[in-house]
Amino acid sequence: MRVAYFPGCSLQGSAREFDESLRAVAARIGLELVEIPDWNCCGASSGHAVDHLLSLALPGRILALAERTGLEDLLVPCSACYNRLVTTRQDLIDDRKVKAEVCELIEMDLKLSVRVRNIIEVLKEVMEAGNFQGIQTPFTHKVACYYGCLLVRPHKVVKFDRAEEPQTMDEMMQAIGAEPIDWAFKVECCGAGMTLARTELVAKLCARILDDAEGREAEAVITACPMCHANLDMRRGDIEKAAGRKFDIPVMYITQAIGLALGIDPGRLGLDRHMVPVVFKSMQQQPGVSESPA
Amino acid sequence: MSRIGVFVCHCGENIGATVDCARVAEISSALPGVVHSVDYKYMCSDPGQNLIKDAVKDKHLTGVVVAACSPRMHEPTFRRACAEAGLNPFLCEMANVREHCSWVHEKGEPTTQKAADLVRVLVEKVKRNRPLRPIQVPVTKTALVLGGGIAGIQASLDIANAGQKVILVEKDPSIGGHMAQLSETFPTLDCSQCILTPRMVEVAQHPNITLLSYSELESLDGFIGNFKARIRKKARKVDEKLCTGCAVCTQKCPQKKIPSKFNADLGMRTAIFVPFPQAVPNKPVIDVENCRYFKTGKCAICQKLCPAKAIRYEQEDEIIEVDVGAVVAATGFDVVNTDFFPEYGYGKYPDVINGLQFERLASASGPTLGEIRRPSDNKIPETVVFLACAGSRDHAKGIDYCSKICCMYTAKHAMLYRHKVHSGKAYVFYMDIRAGGKMYEEFVRRAIEEDGARYVRGRVSRIYERDGKLIVKGADTLLGGEPVEIQADLVVLATAAVASPGAEELAQKLHISYDSYKFFSEAHPKLRPVETNTAGIFLAGACQAPKDIPESVAQASGAASKVCGLFSQDQLSREPLIAAVNRTAPPQFSTCTGCFLCESVCPYRAIEREEIKARDGKVLKTVARVNPGLCQGCGTCVAVCRVKAIDLDGFSNNQLYAEVRALA
Amino acid sequence: MSLQTATVENSLAEELYRSTGQSVARCYQCGKCSAGCPLAAETDYPPSQILRLIQFGDDRLDQKALGSLTIWQCLTCQTCSARCPQEVDLPRIMDFLRQESWKRGPIHPQAKNIVAFHRSFLGSIRMTGRMFELGMIADYKRRSLKFFQDVLLAPKLLMRGKLHFLPHRIQGTKAVQRIFDRALEKKGATR
Repeated sequence: MRVAYFPGCSLQGSAREFDESLRAVAARIGLELVEIPDWNCCGASSGHAVDHLLSLALPGRILALAERTGLEDLLVPCSACYNRLVTTRQDLIDDRKVKAEVCELIEMDLKLSVRVRNIIEVLKEVMEAGNFQGIQTPFTHKVACYYGCLLVRPHKVVKFDRAEEPQTMDEMMQAIGAEPIDWAFKVECCGAGMTLARTELVAKLCARILDDAEGREAEAVITACPMCHANLDMRRGDIEKAAGRKFDIPVMYITQAIGLALGIDPGRLGLDRHMVPVVFKSMQQQPGVSESPA
Repeated sequence: MSRIGVFVCHCGENIGATVDCARVAEISSALPGVVHSVDYKYMCSDPGQNLIKDAVKDKHLTGVVVAACSPRMHEPTFRRACAEAGLNPFLCEMANVREHCSWVHEKGEPTTQKAADLVRVLVEKVKRNRPLRPIQVPVTKTALVLGGGIAGIQASLDIANAGQKVILVEKDPSIGGHMAQLSETFPTLDCSQCILTPRMVEVAQHPNITLLSYSELESLDGFIGNFKARIRKKARKVDEKLCTGCAVCTQKCPQKKIPSKFNADLGMRTAIFVPFPQAVPNKPVIDVENCRYFKTGKCAICQKLCPAKAIRYEQEDEIIEVDVGAVVAATGFDVVNTDFFPEYGYGKYPDVINGLQFERLASASGPTLGEIRRPSDNKIPETVVFLACAGSRDHAKGIDYCSKICCMYTAKHAMLYRHKVHSGKAYVFYMDIRAGGKMYEEFVRRAIEEDGARYVRGRVSRIYERDGKLIVKGADTLLGGEPVEIQADLVVLATAAVASPGAEELAQKLHISYDSYKFFSEAHPKLRPVETNTAGIFLAGACQAPKDIPESVAQASGAASKVCGLFSQDQLSREPLIAAVNRTAPPQFSTCTGCFLCESVCPYRAIEREEIKARDGKVLKTVARVNPGLCQGCGTCVAVCRVKAIDLDGFSNNQLYAEVRALA
Repeated sequence: MSLQTATVENSLAEELYRSTGQSVARCYQCGKCSAGCPLAAETDYPPSQILRLIQFGDDRLDQKALGSLTIWQCLTCQTCSARCPQEVDLPRIMDFLRQESWKRGPIHPQAKNIVAFHRSFLGSIRMTGRMFELGMIADYKRRSLKFFQDVLLAPKLLMRGKLHFLPHRIQGTKAVQRIFDRALEKKGATR
């Protein structure tokens, strides 16, 4: 399978290991990633907070560049970028006047033919095509699949999985041997872009998420969003301060979990870049060495 | 030679203030064929009618045009006046110079001219009217009541007590409907079954009522006064005549783990079962899908043990054909299940239940014998949260309407819980409190002021389970949207009332209209609540819209009175303004070519096929024929007939062309 | 009351309708949005109250909504609209209120650093086409005067290769600058 690839700003910076593990897994499962040349930032939450047209133009430029690759699918691993691209595409389909304005701003034409896909649905498609036969070490752990708020909303536009209690990530984790738990915070927001400006709020929200996951005996939180990962992992110190207790549970990207199951060397999956060591209570897995948390 | 009389009414100020009636009368007097033209203040009054009668007699009028209000108001009045004077009533027409003229225009010359034009048009029409006689149709004095809930029961009893025959068809093994499932009813807290079962027994014992339980309507043909119904009597696998209701079979049946529909899936029943102890008729039925004998060929314990030898495994469904004169649809409603709500768990939490399930918990004959217990672990809940408006008034979920009964039964549930668990905490999350009936507002106040139900205004966003408790995340909008989180032991969703399953199919079988929610449509939302647009078919109860018991009973009695009114005559008189396919001399017999386009477009299925035969029986031609009992005179067939072989009396092609030419 | 928009003339709600097509009349104040909002307990006006403030059509109340902490603290997680029974697009309304607050004020004093964050973020994109995290954080600290925030975290991130010292300038930087300048030139949002 060949897809256009839009990593987004975080995957180049603070979420490097998501990009690394994704590329490692993609190479193994026959998923060819064609990075869009010269892509720009999608604007994330700041764009639409400040100006409507700007919030459409920045993703609009990305869609136009993706179209030029000639590929049908555009893989967007970051949930925030995914949400911006899907909703922008729908807004431009629904309103031709706005579309014309955006095309004028970005100085490019837009056919809006490219399908914007998130990481979970692309991996699922590849799996169903039968390319996951290489499971060497089943990921036999209890996991809490954390989808985050932007992956499944707005449901009518994104049309992915169920709006409450989605199942696709859980099914994929099951396929690699894990035991996904039923828990209450699958789509509850982690605090998103408030990580700098409202750190204590993010800490409070993430504490609730980790408390529920750990309380239900999950051994790891699996996520598909770099923002969620950053808040749950990098901000672990702040979370523990806000909650008044320690949380040991590691947070992994879905591509890292799949990578481990496929037998890819942990070093190539960027597990040592996490703040919280990826260590499991059951010592069946020794994924890699990490420094101790802050 | 036409001798037309024109009578222009002032209708007080309604017409007179805008239209110069005297001038209209003057203009009309000069029309060809008009021999009498006057105006008067109130034509519908006695003196006004006498003007018509006198003129008919003195001037030997052959036609009358009354320029006044809408025919929907007074056409019968003026037709009767003409009839009394000796003129065929169908030679009287009305020109609507009120709704179509004076009420929609400003005073002035153009308005007066328009009124005069309208009169001229009607004069040309009435010249071409034919004298007609009302059509007589016989009436079968048996009513078919579909549905044995409280509405169907009430309608059946009312009709039967009026001396007419009733066939009551109920698809479940027992009558009683949802009312039999309730614990206590608002606002009196009467025990539901205590007030219902006497009526159920009365139905079973009434000499005029034939109860066909465990039966469904297969098809309905015919027209008002003359319906033919085919009813499928499903096989109970029990001979009802022999069965004594001793219940040994239900006690000994080894298949005990089937969710009981009567207990809203909170309790179990056996494969051979009677839905509840007070069932009418008190005869069991075998659920063949879950019966061991029917699945594997083994068992047959019920047959071995039945003292009356009443078990009949080979029994088949039976189709019964009956002739009826009227039909009352009383098929009730359903409530949505908890799996309708993604944000409340997709129905996976056993301790999140709906209102009907709570009724079963609270019922003395229910799965917990009237004790409020959690379905998951049978413990008594200390905190119960009730959610009103669960699914109703919810555009996103596709149910925009209010289900009407939930505010009242939620207050009742909170009260019953508090009565049974004195230390328990009851929270009600609501949006509004709709308590419009008699003693209803007082009932809700009692729940809040005396029984300590804690009402919080706001909807609940999410419910999830943690450590055996249900975390309910709501808000208090009266405190500005303040989030309110409650750890509940039991959550009761007052789910939306929806049309009962199979409502759409039934409506199509009956040829009655229904709305987008599959509730049956009444003929007029204000003034005709128990009739449908199909003559002879009436509505009673929640199948028309969600409603409570007093309203269902009232509507059922209303439908019954319509049926009795229908049956009070031996023959039905119908307006003869209907279509007819022409007949000509042999060998043509009719200009109809037998294309039957009319048949396919008739909304009332009033077109039949008639074979025209030679003396030796050979079919020469098959042409269309209008059934005078069904035709409503809508004219659709006239519009589509390519050869103009079908025409409408009272609105014939000739008349309409004449009217249009009169304006040119 | 304008029949076309069901809003009070010249009110913020009417402007909202004209630029976004969202009608505040649809909201029947059920509170489900506030019940599910992760921040409702931590903010001045929960979301349903923000809507009520602009629903009334009174200028004083409109100003309260624009000057609220909520509109800037909003996580844009879309939980509200996911559950709203009347399908009110509250995220879109929040965007509109933020854009108005940004353009003409007022801005809640405690929200000033959130606005500063957005300025830093967008400034970074405008300069290089992509987010340069170190640069953005530095600019944010300058604006918010929070010099000591995360000082212990930063070295750890650098060690793990999660922060770059230099920005990556895309080739289309000038094109991105033009997008910024021309978009922000045009007054207000289109529907």
